[in-house]
Amino acid sequence: MVAFIVRRVVAAVLMLAIVSMATFAIFFLIPRALGQTPEGMASRYVGRDATPEAIQGAVKRLHLDDPLLVQYARFAKGIVAGQDYSLGPRKAECPAPCFGFSFNNNQPVWPTLLDRLPATISLAVGAAVIWLVSGVSIGVISALRRGTVLDRSAMTVALAGVSLPIYFTGLVSLSVFAYTLGIFPGGGTYTAITDDPVMWFQALVLPWITLAFLYAALYARLTRAGMLETMGEDYIRTARAKGLKERTVVTKHALRATLTPILTIFGLDVGLLLGGAVLTESTFSIPGIGKLVIDAIRGNDLPVVLGVTLFAAFFIVLANFIVDVLYAVVDPRVRLS
Amino acid sequence: MRKTNALALAALGTALTMGLAACGGTAGGGNTGTGNQSTGAASAGAKHNDAYTKVVNASDAKGGTLKFALSDEPDSMDPGNTYYAWNWNFSRLYARPLMTYVPAPGDEGLKLVPDLAEGPGEVSDDGKTWTYKIKKGIKYDDGTEVKAADVKYAIARSNFTDELTDGPKYFAEYLDAGDYKGPYKDKNLDDFKGIETPDDYTVVFKLKAPFSEFDFLVANPQSAPVPQAKDTGIDYEKTVASTGPYKIESHEVGKHFHLVKNENWDPATDTTRKQLPDRIEVQFKQNAEDIDQRLLSGQIHVDLAGTGVQTAARAKIVADPKLKDSSDNPFTPFNRYAMMSVNVKPFDNIDCRKAVQYATDKVATQTPWGGPLGGEIGTTAMTPTTVGYKQFDLYPSTDHKGDVAKAKEHLTACGQPNGFETNIAVRGDRTKEVQVAEALQASLDKVGIKATIKKYPSGDWSAQYAGKPDFVHKNNLGIMIAGWGSDWPSGFGFLSQLVDGRFIKPSGNYNMMELNDKAINDLLDKGIQTTDAAERNEIWSQVDQKVMESAAFMSFVYEKTLIFRPSNLTNVYVHPAYGMYDYTWLGVQQ
Amino acid sequence: MTTPLPPESFLELRDLRIHFPTEDGLVKSVDGLSFKLDRGKTLGIVGESGSGKSVTSLGILGLHKGGRARISGEIWLDGEELVSAGQDHVRKLRGKKMAMIFQDPLSAMHPYYTVGAQIIEAYRIHHDVSKAVARKHAIDLLGRVGIPQPDRRVDSYPHEFSGGMRQRAMIAMALSCDPELLIADEPTTALDVTVQAQILDLMLDLQREFNSALIVITHDLGVVAELSDDILVMYAGRCVEYGTAEDIFYRPEHPYTWGLLGSMPRLDREPTERLLPIKGSPPSLINVPAGCAFNPRCTYADRTGGKATTEMPQLLETDGGHLVRCHMPRAERRSIWENEIKPMMESA
Repeated sequence: MVAFIVRRVVAAVLMLAIVSMATFAIFFLIPRALGQTPEGMASRYVGRDATPEAIQGAVKRLHLDDPLLVQYARFAKGIVAGQDYSLGPRKAECPAPCFGFSFNNNQPVWPTLLDRLPATISLAVGAAVIWLVSGVSIGVISALRRGTVLDRSAMTVALAGVSLPIYFTGLVSLSVFAYTLGIFPGGGTYTAITDDPVMWFQALVLPWITLAFLYAALYARLTRAGMLETMGEDYIRTARAKGLKERTVVTKHALRATLTPILTIFGLDVGLLLGGAVLTESTFSIPGIGKLVIDAIRGNDLPVVLGVTLFAAFFIVLANFIVDVLYAVVDPRVRLS
Repeated sequence: MRKTNALALAALGTALTMGLAACGGTAGGGNTGTGNQSTGAASAGAKHNDAYTKVVNASDAKGGTLKFALSDEPDSMDPGNTYYAWNWNFSRLYARPLMTYVPAPGDEGLKLVPDLAEGPGEVSDDGKTWTYKIKKGIKYDDGTEVKAADVKYAIARSNFTDELTDGPKYFAEYLDAGDYKGPYKDKNLDDFKGIETPDDYTVVFKLKAPFSEFDFLVANPQSAPVPQAKDTGIDYEKTVASTGPYKIESHEVGKHFHLVKNENWDPATDTTRKQLPDRIEVQFKQNAEDIDQRLLSGQIHVDLAGTGVQTAARAKIVADPKLKDSSDNPFTPFNRYAMMSVNVKPFDNIDCRKAVQYATDKVATQTPWGGPLGGEIGTTAMTPTTVGYKQFDLYPSTDHKGDVAKAKEHLTACGQPNGFETNIAVRGDRTKEVQVAEALQASLDKVGIKATIKKYPSGDWSAQYAGKPDFVHKNNLGIMIAGWGSDWPSGFGFLSQLVDGRFIKPSGNYNMMELNDKAINDLLDKGIQTTDAAERNEIWSQVDQKVMESAAFMSFVYEKTLIFRPSNLTNVYVHPAYGMYDYTWLGVQQ
Repeated sequence: MTTPLPPESFLELRDLRIHFPTEDGLVKSVDGLSFKLDRGKTLGIVGESGSGKSVTSLGILGLHKGGRARISGEIWLDGEELVSAGQDHVRKLRGKKMAMIFQDPLSAMHPYYTVGAQIIEAYRIHHDVSKAVARKHAIDLLGRVGIPQPDRRVDSYPHEFSGGMRQRAMIAMALSCDPELLIADEPTTALDVTVQAQILDLMLDLQREFNSALIVITHDLGVVAELSDDILVMYAGRCVEYGTAEDIFYRPEHPYTWGLLGSMPRLDREPTERLLPIKGSPPSLINVPAGCAFNPRCTYADRTGGKATTEMPQLLETDGGHLVRCHMPRAERRSIWENEIKPMMESA
């Protein structure tokens, strides 16, 4: 098991290094390859009617005229050792891990990410709990009551849930529950849990449900399919033949086997969401990672986009790692290989 | 002009003749320009467009929190480093430029009054020296007094440094500052020769050439004073030293901006602002549709951008008379138009350009903007809210639906009786502009002109594509669809960048039609040296005529917007200089 | 209507029918099956896959209850009728009074639980004892079925066992509550020949020790040859021949049984080589052929005077306790066996 974990850790670190190179290439190598000049790239960082001097200044400030390898080395070094940027009369420090410096926000990307992380975690974890519990229960019940009205209506709702985009369900739920009925506060009311736990909770109920609806629908369908398959397994028949109560057969034998592949997907989904739930955060104006990146994309704030991409990749790699380890814990067969 | 809500500031000159002023012909509101700012209609009786002509919900009641939301984020909240129209309006809450606008709806609001200055600038005989005396006893929020050097420093940092790149650079263009490197590289402010401060209360601007609309330039928030010791470069937006009725309580970049009352602001020195709410809160980067819902339900008071509600809310407002009565439909500074490159065949022939002018069904090209609420059909280069604007139409057709017969006549005159092939360049990520291109394509098809739509990214639109004449010629871009809103609503502000042939740049060019007519260039030079406003405005009108005669410029619409005022918002009127509500006057009902 | 009397036998099936409604039609998996079995005796049920033998065994255990299956007839176990009994009541009998050894223990054991845990679970359902006690019992059982170092292997997962060990563990699990009726479904199919023999010996030993009734279900007559007192040959959900092991091996009278005997792998033959292959494939249980269900595959169908395709033959006694379902006259059947089939098999 220890060897297994060590192997996975090494793989994860390698993966991150590759992701950082690939990301850097996408943002800097490909534009260059497509004929973008350092000045052209710098012009994204300066206002309109910028004088050639201002653009040249930005080129220098951002070191865009250096060879790409040097730029990557500086970038990689920044992550490990930090670097400084000019802000005008003073230098701005970007301490390690320096994921870049956003000239739109006048601050290093890393603290911004950390600042946005609690909102994203709040949203992702809350929604994950809701969708896992509701999705799996609905899926199990549907599978056990296969073909009944209950099953069919649950699956119809689930189909709708998978098909409806979040900006639709989100805006409709806001319109109904926040502005018409006034049960929940509207968008943009997210408050840090440390500031006001009650407000934090109230403001997140609608986003949680909206986001969870989509995933719950997906998980209900997955669970149902998995459950139907598992219930046909020989070992379920064995469990019944032992004289186990049906409830025990379902919870102890069937569910455990069904949940294992779902756990994998769940881990990856949560990992993905920790890198930012773009649509939900945008719709409800929650200042999380996803909101940060979508705004950065709109505002051409490349350092932030780059930083978030790496950050998100980190979470996915981490989630992958955790899922691998958990899978080994859950399924003894994995440990062998 | 890249930022769609960057402002047309009105540099109308101090002696502006309001008879020629811009607001004539605004739709909906009908008669504007009464200048009656305090009729104080109660909200109950307020009608659609009422805030366009008078103060709705007038009240001097203090207290409460005024809440703004913005779907975007500002380039910067630093008054010296912003190009957003709303921010030139909003930043006055904590920054006082030398001059500002009369707080009134209609034509009156286009007049300038002294703010930090004691009076309008005194111009020297050669027109190259402008002197402002600043009021004594104006303090920052920390209690220290504002000095002339702070104004000088503010302009030095905003116009002459590499770091503050977001605002306009007019002072750098017009001031005679040699090769001054800016205060971040050269700490000695005395090296900045473009501005002199003979004493603590006098600021003297030294110009390269006469510029009769200079009072306009100092109405930009860039002239608001900045103490050198407090400057932290691009980070200064978090800690701006306030001279206005409010000061910054907290500013989390990209998240929120909170203002509280500034006790060191003395209303006796300030004739244009009020200080009604206890605090002002701005949320950035909010979902645009959600902002509208919150606005309609009264949970927030103002959509800070002032660019109007989204499609869904627009439909809701138009359908509900009650909601409609709480909305206004002002012009924005924008003209939405097509330019035909005079250097791309066959548009080098004026008759081919005229054929396009006649062929275009402008009702069809108005639709993508949202119909009459989104814009009035345009026939000139200047917009109705530009001083010097005169209504005329050189290429008339019944109901603006196009005149196929006339178009064919000109095609024949151009030697292309069966039409020709050309390209329409458009910013591919601007849905409305793409739809306009499609409508135009359909119009042209009727007279035999086969146009292909070429889409380019808006990010590099002026740097790499339509703004790069080489690229335009090489790719045969006969027609380019664009928009312009000037930084001040005089003819000069509107036209100089668009039609002055001497401004054609190899890249980043806005005169995409490459019109280079000596008569037009000379008129622009003559106008900016003319101190008599009436005479000057007449010259702008002549320029507009000549531009339209060239047939290279074709306006689709003068853009309009639909903005909403919740009933709990008090003291509301549309400030004509900004095309949105006057943010320094607003109060909230408790 | 009279209440049927409880039989004297420990297990008796009377006209058991198990039908499954499907979208394609009614699947008659078991269609009128009757037999008796006493304690200490072994019954072999033989047939191709799809003949209904596994469905029968699951039916006895009541595992079709609550599902879509339509069950009729009677299953008497130790004086109790199970078809009409409550689901929960039958559940309580499962594992304790009657237990099953499934084929392919790799899939029949839960992959995520240790072998020990699965035995302990089976034991504790019916015995209110602590985990420690149950664990000791599990180790004992594993030892008894011949698993070396049972105190260590008890914590192994099924995939860590070899095929034979898994089958032993499966048996240990089935025996955990000393069942009086043990059903083994293809207990040796997945195993190689030498291990097969060991497992069969083990089952016989255990049966003697517990004096339980044993049903062995298989497609392979070779397996039941060693084990069984009686053998029931099933075809298309019905019994086509029933008799003692001697009856079936030395005096078989049904052409299908002949086929099965001919298909028997023997040590002296290549397993793929079949002496008397049964042509064709098992019938669809939705559209069972009219007349004798076996007639499309029967070499002797033309010797029935046309009845093979029109009339279903009855299961009739041919000799003391030996039952055969065939239209051919007894004399002809015996003659064919003695003169055609038997010499061919002996010469092979």
